[in-house]
Amino acid sequence: MKTYYDPADLKNFGKIGDFQKKLADKFFDYYGETFKEGALTAREKSLIALAVAHTIQCPYCIDAYTVDTMEKGCDEEMMMEAVHVAAAIRSGASLVHSVQMMNKYKELSM
Amino acid sequence: MIKSLKAQNSELADVSNELRILSSKTPTGFEEDAFASKLRGSGLYPLHPTSIDTLQINVGKMCNQTCKHCHVDAGPDRKEIMTRETMEHCLDVLKNNSFKVVDMTGGAPEMNPNFRWFVEEIRKIDQAINIIVRCNLTIIVANPSYHDLPDFFKRHRIEVVSSLPYFTAMRTDSQRGEGVFEKSIRALKMLNDVGYGIQDSGLILNLVYNPSGAFLPGDQKALEMEFKKKLKEPYNIVFNQLFAITNLPISRFLDYLIRSGNFDDYMDKLISSYNPAAAASVMCRNMISVGWDGNLYDCDFNQMLELQVETTGQHISQWSTEDLTAREIQINQHCFGCTAGAGSSCGGATS
Repeated sequence: MKTYYDPADLKNFGKIGDFQKKLADKFFDYYGETFKEGALTAREKSLIALAVAHTIQCPYCIDAYTVDTMEKGCDEEMMMEAVHVAAAIRSGASLVHSVQMMNKYKELSM
Repeated sequence: MIKSLKAQNSELADVSNELRILSSKTPTGFEEDAFASKLRGSGLYPLHPTSIDTLQINVGKMCNQTCKHCHVDAGPDRKEIMTRETMEHCLDVLKNNSFKVVDMTGGAPEMNPNFRWFVEEIRKIDQAINIIVRCNLTIIVANPSYHDLPDFFKRHRIEVVSSLPYFTAMRTDSQRGEGVFEKSIRALKMLNDVGYGIQDSGLILNLVYNPSGAFLPGDQKALEMEFKKKLKEPYNIVFNQLFAITNLPISRFLDYLIRSGNFDDYMDKLISSYNPAAAASVMCRNMISVGWDGNLYDCDFNQMLELQVETTGQHISQWSTEDLTAREIQINQHCFGCTAGAGSSCGGATS
């Protein structure tokens, strides 16, 4: 069955350079540098990436950072908590807008 | 208790089937994925030893655990153990040659009835040699006759290397069996109590981390820091180093990979993570592995695949340092497990 997403495509991510090498090189350099151990540990960065992957709902990123966080010694509890952080921000972002709804409601009500 | 693949009459208990499955990962047209081709590209083929400074002795497949990933297919139903006569041959080799390390493994080495005698004899021969015992921890609390193992290890200045795949019960038990984590923690406390893992005690306690699933180990140093933190806080347990070891696709781990549908992806990951620096420092270049029956191998993995050393004398009683140093090391697709990422050996990462 044909689908828009093929898990095997993830392995070919590096090939985006075949169509535009200069920009791909810059991107992968930046990407590599971003995930290096820094003020944040590589493990913390990987958990952030896992949470963001769920926010942007990218199946490739979810696969990649599930593996990466597991390799870095995170367990299922840590990983799910990271996703809840993303989910909490997402739902909070919706809910905080309800203040606008409330304001408008009050403005229009007698 | 889970049975060994051998007791289950599994297809994978036959090494010819294992080798056939492993070889299927080098289909015609993808020869660059063959381990030999990778080594050739790194200027390492044929692979030869650098020197032989470690004698790894597998004293038997008998074990009190049946871990899901075990490359030995060890367990309580395995009866193959090294005889005293074979141990005497090992002692002769130790007497007549110079080694830095004797690395005793199994199974649970302590279950061999001649284990303590063997350790004492090795120590008599060489006061300075580093004797490693790969202890699965739970054996220490298995029954009262093993409770004094920490004192025995201490008396003979043994380096204890113990598997603890994770610092939580769930992930440890899923790999090593129900209740193993709690027993391991008790055993680690007993080792700490006699001085093992304590700074400046001179008693070395190293832990082995290996992934509990179809993924590779991450950075060894980062994992060590995490393990130290997670074992110190709730349990007050200390240890020296963490060795991060990659699971090789043989025996029970191969069985798991196939059953779970992970075999192809895992092999692809190992192959694409090939690291020439790790290849140059693979452990088979400085060790010989002795099987329970005295046969000689390049490493414990080749031992389980019954790939004997390519020399005229293939038994410990026919030891020739000269021949063994000049030999070509036997390789196959499972070797990608030792060259992936930061590399892997019985002493952890290699690069």
